[in-house]
Amino acid sequence: MSVTTDISANLEGEQCVLRFSGSLTLLRVRRLSEQLNEITHEGIVVDLSEVERMDTVGAWLIHKLERDRGATITGATAEQQLLIDHVAAADQPVKIKRDYESPFQRVLGQMGASVMMAGRTLLGLLGFFGALMIAVWNIARRPRRFRLNAVTQQFEVVGVHALGIIGLMSFLVGIVIAQQGAVQLRQFGAEIYTINLVGRSALKELGVLMTAIMVAGRSGSAFAAQLGSMKLSEEVDAMRTIGVSPMEALVFPRVFSTVLMMPLLGFYAAVLAIVGGGLFCWVSLGIPPITFIQRTREVVPMTDLWQTLIKAPVFGLIISMAGCFQGLQVKGNAEEVGLRTTAAVVQGIFLVIVLDAFFAVFFTALGWT
Amino acid sequence: MAEEEPIIEVTGLKNSFGDQVIHEDLNLAVRRGEILGVVGGSGTGKSVLMRSIIGLQRPDAGEITVFGESMVGRDEEEAKHVRRRWGVLFQGGALFSGLTVSENIQVPIKEFYPGLDQELLDEISVYKTAMSGLPVDAGAKYPSELSGGMRKRAGIARALALDPELLFLDEPTAGLDPIGAAAFDQLISELRHALGLTVFLITHDLDTLYAICDRVAVLADKKVVAVGTITELLALDHEWIQEYFRGPRGRAAANIAEREEADA
Repeated sequence: MSVTTDISANLEGEQCVLRFSGSLTLLRVRRLSEQLNEITHEGIVVDLSEVERMDTVGAWLIHKLERDRGATITGATAEQQLLIDHVAAADQPVKIKRDYESPFQRVLGQMGASVMMAGRTLLGLLGFFGALMIAVWNIARRPRRFRLNAVTQQFEVVGVHALGIIGLMSFLVGIVIAQQGAVQLRQFGAEIYTINLVGRSALKELGVLMTAIMVAGRSGSAFAAQLGSMKLSEEVDAMRTIGVSPMEALVFPRVFSTVLMMPLLGFYAAVLAIVGGGLFCWVSLGIPPITFIQRTREVVPMTDLWQTLIKAPVFGLIISMAGCFQGLQVKGNAEEVGLRTTAAVVQGIFLVIVLDAFFAVFFTALGWT
Repeated sequence: MAEEEPIIEVTGLKNSFGDQVIHEDLNLAVRRGEILGVVGGSGTGKSVLMRSIIGLQRPDAGEITVFGESMVGRDEEEAKHVRRRWGVLFQGGALFSGLTVSENIQVPIKEFYPGLDQELLDEISVYKTAMSGLPVDAGAKYPSELSGGMRKRAGIARALALDPELLFLDEPTAGLDPIGAAAFDQLISELRHALGLTVFLITHDLDTLYAICDRVAVLADKKVVAVGTITELLALDHEWIQEYFRGPRGRAAANIAEREEADA
């Protein structure tokens, strides 16, 4: 391994004889190619008789001399010649760089692609909703195809397992709202209105919205990842060939259970937020719990609860559909699963917030203020 | 050659996953310059053996030396100079998904020989790409844009990037069409002659075994039950070996090999 390569260049008549010796390998190739660039003579003869070791990179250098500068090769052993021939045979115009695009073109292209993508996703979701409705219809006509086990299992995963984290989060959010509200309202001596603030915002907006975000992060992403990896391992295709509809077997139980669990979780979150707010009011503002509850009953209208209970299933539908849709879009490689999972969560949350704005306008128009 | 120190030597190897013992008291020596085929039924631990030798799987017991250096318990940095002398092809190709094929080929070269100019790197990746039988537009593609067989070829190109002395191949011809598989056999045997390669080859392809392997090691019953040329193995009275080489597929491959020899 310690052998170095040496080139000696001798002018012999018209010719320039390059005599290589030692090892002609990747290890030496950097210095070698620099040295070779310095030699500018025409009519090169390469003498390899003193080369002890040669690898394909060395052979490539020799081949380049032969190709570009018309060098003649002498003194190569049969093996070395074989190697050079091999490399020469592999000397094809292989494309290794992507075609160049100007940055302007690229940005324009990316913008176009993402608009197309957004449009296609929206259309796809619509189509997916249609396919889901067909599956629901099929199941409604033949209730035996309702997979009770799958649905109850999803109830547990989506609903029961989320109780802890959603409860804790809502409780803390309730405390934060009460605390921040109290600080502001104290300036007007209207601390008592903290109860209105906590009760109404929790029941109308915060409970269901925070729950939706948490469910999108927990379950929407899980749906995308599960269905995505099933798609990758061709499980979904296998299912289809056996005659089981993935829509009925995989998507429906997930969507159904999310739609059913969301109102329950949303209500539970709102209640815990109110409990958190109440605790803060008791400890920090000195409002006893009994007063807090009474006042809450007075100021929070029933319509606030209706709003939560109407919005929650819709949000559940959106989140679970985005998750399943993105999961089933996976094709190609494992990297795609990650991208689709991210897309499922982002789309789910985005659509939920957009819809929430619509709901707010709609309910106000109804007079449910 | 027989007297020379083996390039890989495995003694008393033991591997297990939980309660399941994969290898027990396994011994194997690979001679310099040979192509050693490793065969065995599914689940006999062929890939695990390879992973133990290249240091990805820490054995429970036993000694493994490669190029005369012990490989058990060596940390990555320390064994780097050994790693540069071998190339590995994993079953699925194991290409880096964020890099194009030509960038994949350049990774080991850049890692071990920093400072080469980009032009030369590009040239090297070009001829390695062509050498492994990939089409001309493959160099700029990402692994996800390639078929399974093409990914495998790209993996071979990367394994050969450093012109290694020792090559580990895990089922290189699985998933290739017969023409591609034959071309691959030829590529390996030519490179072996030109570069003095030693090849550790896990395969189920009987044609490959007959065409290029000098010796075949048979894994069964948690150890290497026999090593030798196919003729030597056929003379042994071992049920699995007899079934493997005398079965319909084995006979067909043997016939082809015989005919080719007669033609030559």
